[in-house]
Amino acid sequence: MTEPRPIIIRNANLVDPASGRQEHGHLIVVAGLIADLGPGIDVSVPPKGVRVIDAGGMTLAPGLIDLRAFVGEPGAEHRETLASAGRAAAAGGVTTVVCMPDTDPPVDDPAVVDFLIRRARDTAAVRMLPAAALTKGLHGAEMTEIGLLQAAGAAYFTDGAKALADPLVMRRALTYARDFDALIVQHVEEPRLAGGVMNEGELASRLGLPGIPREAETLMLERDLRLVRLTRGRYHAAMISCADSVDIMRAAKKAGLPVTCGVSINSLALNENDIGPYRTFLKLSPPLRHEDDRMAVVAGLAEGVIDVIVSDHDPQDVETKRQTFAESANGAIGLQTMLSVGLRLVHSGQIELVPLLRAMSTRPAEILGLPQGRLQVGAPADLILFDPEEPYVLDPASLHSICKNTPFDEARLQGVVHMTMVGGRVVHEA
Amino acid sequence: MSTPPVFPHRHLLGIEGLSPADITTLLDMADRAVEVSRLVEKKKTTLRGRTQINLFFESSTRTQSSFELAGKRLGADVMNMSVASSSIKKGETLIDTAMTLNAMRPDLIVVRHHAAGAVQLLARKVDCSVINAGDGAHEHPTQALLDALTIRRNKGDIRGLVVAICGDILHSRVARSNIILLNALGAEVRAIGPTTLLPAGLDRMGCKVFTSMREGLRGADIVMMLRLQRERMNGSFVPSVKEYFHFYGLDAEKLAHAKPDALVMHPGPMNRGVEIASDIADGAQSLIREQVEMGVAVRMAVLEALASNLPNG
Repeated sequence: MTEPRPIIIRNANLVDPASGRQEHGHLIVVAGLIADLGPGIDVSVPPKGVRVIDAGGMTLAPGLIDLRAFVGEPGAEHRETLASAGRAAAAGGVTTVVCMPDTDPPVDDPAVVDFLIRRARDTAAVRMLPAAALTKGLHGAEMTEIGLLQAAGAAYFTDGAKALADPLVMRRALTYARDFDALIVQHVEEPRLAGGVMNEGELASRLGLPGIPREAETLMLERDLRLVRLTRGRYHAAMISCADSVDIMRAAKKAGLPVTCGVSINSLALNENDIGPYRTFLKLSPPLRHEDDRMAVVAGLAEGVIDVIVSDHDPQDVETKRQTFAESANGAIGLQTMLSVGLRLVHSGQIELVPLLRAMSTRPAEILGLPQGRLQVGAPADLILFDPEEPYVLDPASLHSICKNTPFDEARLQGVVHMTMVGGRVVHEA
Repeated sequence: MSTPPVFPHRHLLGIEGLSPADITTLLDMADRAVEVSRLVEKKKTTLRGRTQINLFFESSTRTQSSFELAGKRLGADVMNMSVASSSIKKGETLIDTAMTLNAMRPDLIVVRHHAAGAVQLLARKVDCSVINAGDGAHEHPTQALLDALTIRRNKGDIRGLVVAICGDILHSRVARSNIILLNALGAEVRAIGPTTLLPAGLDRMGCKVFTSMREGLRGADIVMMLRLQRERMNGSFVPSVKEYFHFYGLDAEKLAHAKPDALVMHPGPMNRGVEIASDIADGAQSLIREQVEMGVAVRMAVLEALASNLPNG
């Protein structure tokens, strides 16, 4: 691939969530890296061959890093491919996507990791990092080749949409992974308590649907944290959804455990009432909880107890969603909308812009040890230029994902990404 | 000049969403249907030329035959479709079946399905009126209406009565529809059962919650028993049939805590010796057989009310 030509982005609102710096200025990209930035640099006479982009005062920030997206390749290309997910990500300002190992075959073999990395390089507009299965076949019984998979390029280890329920397997995996400094990511849900289809409570009772108690989450989270204390393995709770989990994570961090956690963009923006008359696009795992829980996870995010926001992008088609609520699959797409849905919290005064962007770029980069996710000299030029105010109504036809199962169809949103750059190459312009 | 519709709804998907006036309208119509049903010549012509399809994804003897009789007494052409749920691919077939039936231009579809919300889903896909004959653990509106009719005919008025609903409320659509309806008509509703069989938040749904039959039945005017499914009897929700009957089965001793003139109801089919003793089920205080008769009348009323809103009605 030829080296991209240098680019000057001038007249931008530079927002670096890593340092917290926000200032008007310019940014220069050379050889795919940020070469210089700030208000003082002289961009009045650009050298020949340099592309100049006038930002018109829009916000320039690091591209988003999403630690959790289901893509479907290999095995479910009718739902999503690396290419279609990449287009959705680019349009949504996501420049690095960690794809889940719940594929067919699952990502439990170094050859599959290698295939995904090559396939993504050839077909996807953004960086796609495969997460590897934590157990063979995602069956929850035997750990995968953690060392070899990591050497092949696996971003972290998880059984994806499934929780690793067996405490002995989890203990051994945490212990073994520590030798490789590998990160273990858990879907925190005790499967035996998670037989329901929505949050347990009055609303589920009124709808006649079986509920999932918050304790399905807190029980698994507390168990895992005990095992982390025993093993000192690096552990990340993929998504927490309730107030109690925020308290549990706060205490674990205070105790110095090597633990982090995420929250789904849906759990930040929606609550169980949004399910309304059995809307299957809002059937999610973890389920949408009570408004009190939503406010608690927003506060936990602002406080820094919750480290990252994930899209939990999960394309589901008509076959799996045009069902009765109990029989439909979990999941919603989110790559293309996570920024504007997150900005909804900013516009309504629930969180500041910098902590929002930090949880969508800097923190996930730190957790994975990636150099991107910051506006700093020498960092990869994974950048987004967006107007946080610009309103739009989400038209499902404008979504690049093959599946259109968004909870936000026809929603009024604000925040349009006008340019996305990955490694100095512009991959999306609008 | 057109008069406003007697019953301002296109479908009957649940008791939720009906006003007390809507409910009373249906009960008054049902009272008149009882008279028709007691004549030798039971046939009316209200639904002549109309097509009614009974689409049952879950087997049912009493509700399906009740809807069939109701439709026939009103002169409709009634077709029964029983879809054994094992032989279909769930959900997708529900919508596909709905679209297929819709193309045959029925006027009324009566639906029972094992999943909550299934009837709403189907109603969005068809052009005709849809009646919920039971969807999962969500609602069973005609059962609640027939229970209300039975109570009203025996007690005169529902307002102020103490109604105790007993047993497996967690899995019961009958309980949910009854709780909403009885609250709407001003009864005091109590729910009695072991906590494993009570849904979360029940106390906020308009019920006083009891776990003791003795306390819950004290001063009750109506004792409404619910069926306990066999698969829930042995250790999963309650330890055994023996223990369940001991604490929650309605027998003469427990019934004695209710008012002396208390009446006993059961939506059927009954498990004698599980939730209700045989002598109580067949005793002088039992309204169980009358409930079945009222079932036909209420379904006639619902069919008539919806048909009056159909095009060319």
